[in-house]
Amino acid sequence: MTITLIFLAVIMATLIFWLLRQTLNMQPWVSDPEADAVSGMSLKSNAQTIGLTTFLAVATSMFALFASAYTLRMTMPDWSPMNEPAVLWVNTGFLVFASIAYQWTSSVALKKNAKQIRLGLIIAGIFSILFLVGQYSAWQQLIDKGMYLNTNPSIAFFYVLTAMHGLHLLGGLYVWGRSVIRVSKDTDIESIRISVDLCTVYWHFLLLVWALLFSLMIST
Amino acid sequence: MAFVAFADRDHEQEHHDPQTFLTKYVWSQDHKVIAIQYGGIAILVGLIALGLSILMRLQLGFPNSFAVINPESYYQFVTMHGMIMVVYLLTALFLGGFGNYLIPLMCGSRDMVFPFLNMLSVWFYFLSVIILLASFFVPGGTTGAGWTLYPPQSISAGTPGAGMGIILMLVSLAVFIVAATMGGLNYVTTVLQARCKGMTLMRMPLSIWGIFMATVLALLAFPALLVSAIMMILDTTIKTSFFMPAMISAGEQLSYNDGSPILFQHLFWFFGHPEVYIVALPAFGLVSDVLATHARKNIFGYRMMVWAILAIGGLSFIVWAHHMYVSGMNPYFGFFFATTTLIIAVPTALKVYNWVLTLWQGNIHLRVPMLFAIAFIFTFIHGGLTGIFLGNVVIDLPLSDTYFVVAHFHMVMGVSPVLVVFASLYHWFPLMSGKMYNETLGKWHFWLTFLGAYSVYLPMHYLGFQGVPRRYFSMGNTDFLPESAQMLNASITVSAIILAAAQSLFFINIFMSLWKGKKAEKNCWGATSLEWLTPDQPPKHGNWGHDLPVVHRWAYDYSVPGQEQDYTPQTVPASEVPVGREHGVSTGFSFETDQEK
Repeated sequence: MTITLIFLAVIMATLIFWLLRQTLNMQPWVSDPEADAVSGMSLKSNAQTIGLTTFLAVATSMFALFASAYTLRMTMPDWSPMNEPAVLWVNTGFLVFASIAYQWTSSVALKKNAKQIRLGLIIAGIFSILFLVGQYSAWQQLIDKGMYLNTNPSIAFFYVLTAMHGLHLLGGLYVWGRSVIRVSKDTDIESIRISVDLCTVYWHFLLLVWALLFSLMIST
Repeated sequence: MAFVAFADRDHEQEHHDPQTFLTKYVWSQDHKVIAIQYGGIAILVGLIALGLSILMRLQLGFPNSFAVINPESYYQFVTMHGMIMVVYLLTALFLGGFGNYLIPLMCGSRDMVFPFLNMLSVWFYFLSVIILLASFFVPGGTTGAGWTLYPPQSISAGTPGAGMGIILMLVSLAVFIVAATMGGLNYVTTVLQARCKGMTLMRMPLSIWGIFMATVLALLAFPALLVSAIMMILDTTIKTSFFMPAMISAGEQLSYNDGSPILFQHLFWFFGHPEVYIVALPAFGLVSDVLATHARKNIFGYRMMVWAILAIGGLSFIVWAHHMYVSGMNPYFGFFFATTTLIIAVPTALKVYNWVLTLWQGNIHLRVPMLFAIAFIFTFIHGGLTGIFLGNVVIDLPLSDTYFVVAHFHMVMGVSPVLVVFASLYHWFPLMSGKMYNETLGKWHFWLTFLGAYSVYLPMHYLGFQGVPRRYFSMGNTDFLPESAQMLNASITVSAIILAAAQSLFFINIFMSLWKGKKAEKNCWGATSLEWLTPDQPPKHGNWGHDLPVVHRWAYDYSVPGQEQDYTPQTVPASEVPVGREHGVSTGFSFETDQEK
């Protein structure tokens, strides 16, 4: 459980430190004209960004717990390391390109250029779909070799971790699809920009999670 | 809609207004309607769990007298009672019910920031309840593995519901977690980003602090349950060996290898212990506000109360293995968790002292909400003290499998939060409905509940010391137990039946009051917090009419010296308060006492 504890220690310490900073020198029973003027927003960010950040904390908690379970389970005698399919390296490349494409889209969204936003979104989407297809082909290779979920715990973890990661990417692709439709309809670019920015963060997050999971799997 | 924060589009208010019956009462995105939907579902499913507990008690009090209760069904009742009460009633009611109702109102917002997601949350919750209840009707019935669902027992042949029952339970939990996450994102974001002008974090009522921190815990801890549910579903259906060890069942070697049941226990309690505080922290917050309002005194040590909530939240993640002392852990490991468990008692005790000191020399109005709130202090001290017993490894080991543990966790996590639920429901009922409840009926309900709860759970401590084992369908030939133990069990069962029947008074009161009750005056308790200051009672959609409130003070200006009335609402600016008496101070004197001086 060390991985989870480290993650939680960081999250809780950050949150509690931030909250303590907000509360330490306050005397709420004393009237304070400065406090009367406070806007009621604790962070200089929009609600969607706070919502996404919170969701990322939840998702990180889940993946950290899976990683903890993985490291705990691999100490049992029946564990045998698996040979991960080579296609995973190619898939990792697809996800890196998807992330780069989103980063580029985010930067052109600042210039409110709808055509470039659409182009960036389509490239990011194609690489993301290629990643998912690649993951599926990795599963197929394992199945062809007779390596099923119940063959060995390391293989079971591979299926579960890639499935959970893939589901998160599918969720992201739903939002991506909405963005593509909206940008094609020439709706408000500003709202699309927010969506692109949030997706960019989400794709980077999924890349980081995949990099960590992949490292964990190939190193054990 | 899902991606547009409500807080960022106040100008679109009219477009958001529900136009049809369906959008107003069924697919509603209004936080108040969603709160009532959450509360209604939670209470209904809670009543089922209450009924199951009575069936269990009938067997324990009068063994083998009822044909419908056999060993299999007994374990199914135990399991479903525990799971429903902890997750589907208390968690849902505190976060989904009170959280939804109070966060926007107490923070001065029009609604949650993501109303569509909020609506999805309640319907996912409803779906999880349906799936859970469906497990009663599948072949083999619902799971009887105990609410902890420990493998290998939970998915091994011979355990009731080891087939479809456990699968439906796990799927239901997964759906519940999705619902809780969607709700939790709303609560956290609304508290952080959608408060009205002047509502600094330190001006928030403690109810909001408690619900906020509990939500953070839920968001971070529920994934542990999700992870274990996913892996156990695979162990059950595809025969993976995440948790299932190599074993022989009915003379046959099963296909499992070296799965780790202890891994499941770690994951389960990594969720399970914060879950205690997911239920407790909102209760702490709500009871603080009820106590301050009805004692006409500012809450004692507000800042310490906030910091205690933060400390409890942080510490609650490093105490989980005190539930696993009997699993054969390394003694140093046990020492660590015993130490952290005792440390978490410090901020918890601090809160208890502050509640008691809030009452000290207060102008206490013993109305129904206050009676329940004071009763909570009694039961929580009681349950907390026995928790210190059980936090120590050497005491826990002999008591772990006895009724002492049942008594402890029911006092601290069952009776105490439920008393706060009643305190809060009576306290905010006039706001939610616009009607007053019947005070006399409410007091009958209180005394029967309070005395009934004690007559059920106090004797259980004694049974535990005698060594009466928990989880047993029947005691059989247990020579070390005197006959009086069985007499005590019978007495507990009779008390439990009276206690359960007494809850009908609450429902009669609520329904009669809704139907024929007196109209409640606006801000009938003379409260200071924003929810009582809406233009309409009950608040209409959007809560605040045209203008959002502006806050000028904290939520605890009760009995401020020099003020004509014994409360100063949060919206009253300092300029409207006599010079030199512009704020409440921790005098410890009630308004009346100050007048007499």
